[in-house]
Amino acid sequence: MKRVYVNEKWCLGCRLCEYYCAFQETKESDMARALKGIKINPRINIEEKNGISFAVSCRHCEDALCVKGCITGALSKKEEVILIDKERCVSCYTCILSCPYGAISPSQDGAIKKCELCTDSASGIPACVKGCPNNAIVFEERLG
Amino acid sequence: MKHLIIGNSAAAIGAVEGIRQMNKSDQITIISDEPYFTYSRPLISYLLSGKLSLEKMNYRSKSFYEDNHVTFKYAHAEKVDHLNKQVFLDDGDQMSYDKLLIATGSKAFIPPFAGLESVENKTTFLSLDDVKKLDAMGLESKRVLIIGAGLIGLKCAEGITKKAQSVTVLDLAPQILSSILDYDSSLIVKQHLEKKGINFILSATAEKFTQNTLTLKDKTQIDFDILVLCVGVRPNASLLSGIAAIEKGVVINERAETSVPDIYAAGDVTNGVAILPNAYVTGECAGINMAGGNKTISKMLPMNAIGFFGLNIITAGNYTGSIFELNKDSEFKRLFYQDGLLNGYIMIGNIAKAGIYTSLIREQTKLDTLDFPLICEKPQLMAFRLEERLEKLGGKVERMKFFQPEI
Ligand SMILES: Cc1cc2nc3c(=O)[nH]c(=O)nc-3n(C[C@H](O)[C@H](O)[C@H](O)COP(=O)(O)OP(=O)(O)OC[C@H]3O[C@@H](n4cnc5c(N)ncnc54)[C@H](O)[C@@H]3O)c2cc1C
Repeated sequence: MKRVYVNEKWCLGCRLCEYYCAFQETKESDMARALKGIKINPRINIEEKNGISFAVSCRHCEDALCVKGCITGALSKKEEVILIDKERCVSCYTCILSCPYGAISPSQDGAIKKCELCTDSASGIPACVKGCPNNAIVFEERLG
Repeated sequence: MKHLIIGNSAAAIGAVEGIRQMNKSDQITIISDEPYFTYSRPLISYLLSGKLSLEKMNYRSKSFYEDNHVTFKYAHAEKVDHLNKQVFLDDGDQMSYDKLLIATGSKAFIPPFAGLESVENKTTFLSLDDVKKLDAMGLESKRVLIIGAGLIGLKCAEGITKKAQSVTVLDLAPQILSSILDYDSSLIVKQHLEKKGINFILSATAEKFTQNTLTLKDKTQIDFDILVLCVGVRPNASLLSGIAAIEKGVVINERAETSVPDIYAAGDVTNGVAILPNAYVTGECAGINMAGGNKTISKMLPMNAIGFFGLNIITAGNYTGSIFELNKDSEFKRLFYQDGLLNGYIMIGNIAKAGIYTSLIREQTKLDTLDFPLICEKPQLMAFRLEERLEKLGGKVERMKFFQPEI
């Protein structure tokens, strides 16, 4: 299955992936207008220190501890993609307790947030990948 | 192949999904003495408070039994005949099986308090029916006394504070949430709950109930209208008593097999930690093996994620060893480490990326392979070595392509 992979050495730490992710969620057409004055809470996050940076988002694990541990059934796996049903999430954060990558975060709307690979987008390519200027995140098939 | 599952909660559903990973054709029957579609037990306090409707309690989508070709039967299983591979039900039926899963969960532990029988309005807090019972007692303008300041007692308290006239929680222990918090951290949560209107009476020994009054050992008297018993839970293992090895709960091996051939057990009924993730994972493992697969699991860590009135708490492991502490603004964190390993942690308020800590405990990651000060500050992948990061974020090909030994 295609996943988002990180080429750490190409990452500039520009955080465009974070902005494209947040923009994708707004379903607006103009990025500047959509995100102006907003503190974004993207589903992909840059870690950065001493000139090293890389993006972290859901790995869509085969053995998904978040899905198995979800107390309400809000997290599920469909065609290898881990999805969140916001209606059924009560923000207990058992998934945050379980995720070894720190790729799931709280949100303001009463449900957790995580990358769903932009499965609802027309192009089928995640917005963060499309927006990355340096191929530091790619969407492709790899082993493991 | 005929699979019989006793219980209809997380462990049972895990087993169904495990069996169906293996094949679509085996017969699956679920027996449950709760007459409901599979629901999420932890959500009963949300139902009680009115935050969630009954249908939002469903643990799986409404077509789950149909989609997975599961026959559901509402009955209480009374006896297992392991020699003839039969289970006897309270409606007179008997069912045969090729593989049997005991997923009967836990039951309330009720200490033999003197005079308990004289209390008219009392209940435990473990099931949908308990919520219905509490609602029927009419919480409005009632004084509720909850015995037990553990997870279940406090979830109940949270669920009723808005409705009841007053809520008092009593515990024998000197602190609340003693199964997941150390003393200092328990004070933070206690204060928060007190601000929300919950009263606590700790280090208190209940001596005697007389109708609507509890007398403590020190002779203090507490009047109440409704009593909720949340002292603790015990594995509901009686179906296998005298048949399979039972310690505290049913003993299972890493394949979720009991000591009796073709009988499996999963979830709260076993010796493991009584949390939903453990129920699902052991259930799934049992299911895969019942259907002829070969799945093994390791023992699950004690761990917990819970929130009360918006204050979130995540904990895992045990609390021995040296302590790293962070306590500022509305954030409290303690890491417990020893012999180069992380033993456990407590996070209150800011729980971001807690799972990275959980994985350090689970994987027994040697702390000297990490940037320890950095990971103490906050959980982050940056604290791992380059090759570890590449593997975590890049998969195996990435590692082969880019891995260069450090010189
Ligand atoms: C209020 C509350 C809050 C909780 N919050 C959390 C939380 O936040 N996070 C977490 O991880 N866990 C939480 N838990 C614990 C969690 O609910 C359990 O760990 C989980 O439900 C265990 O699942 P199980 O499938 O093993 O058994 P159970 O959920 O106990 O289900 C067992 C089922 O088997 C049925 N049964 C038993 N005996 C028989 C019989 N002889 N015949 C037929 N049917 C039978 C029972 O009626 C029951 O329906 C909470 C529990 C409660 C009560």
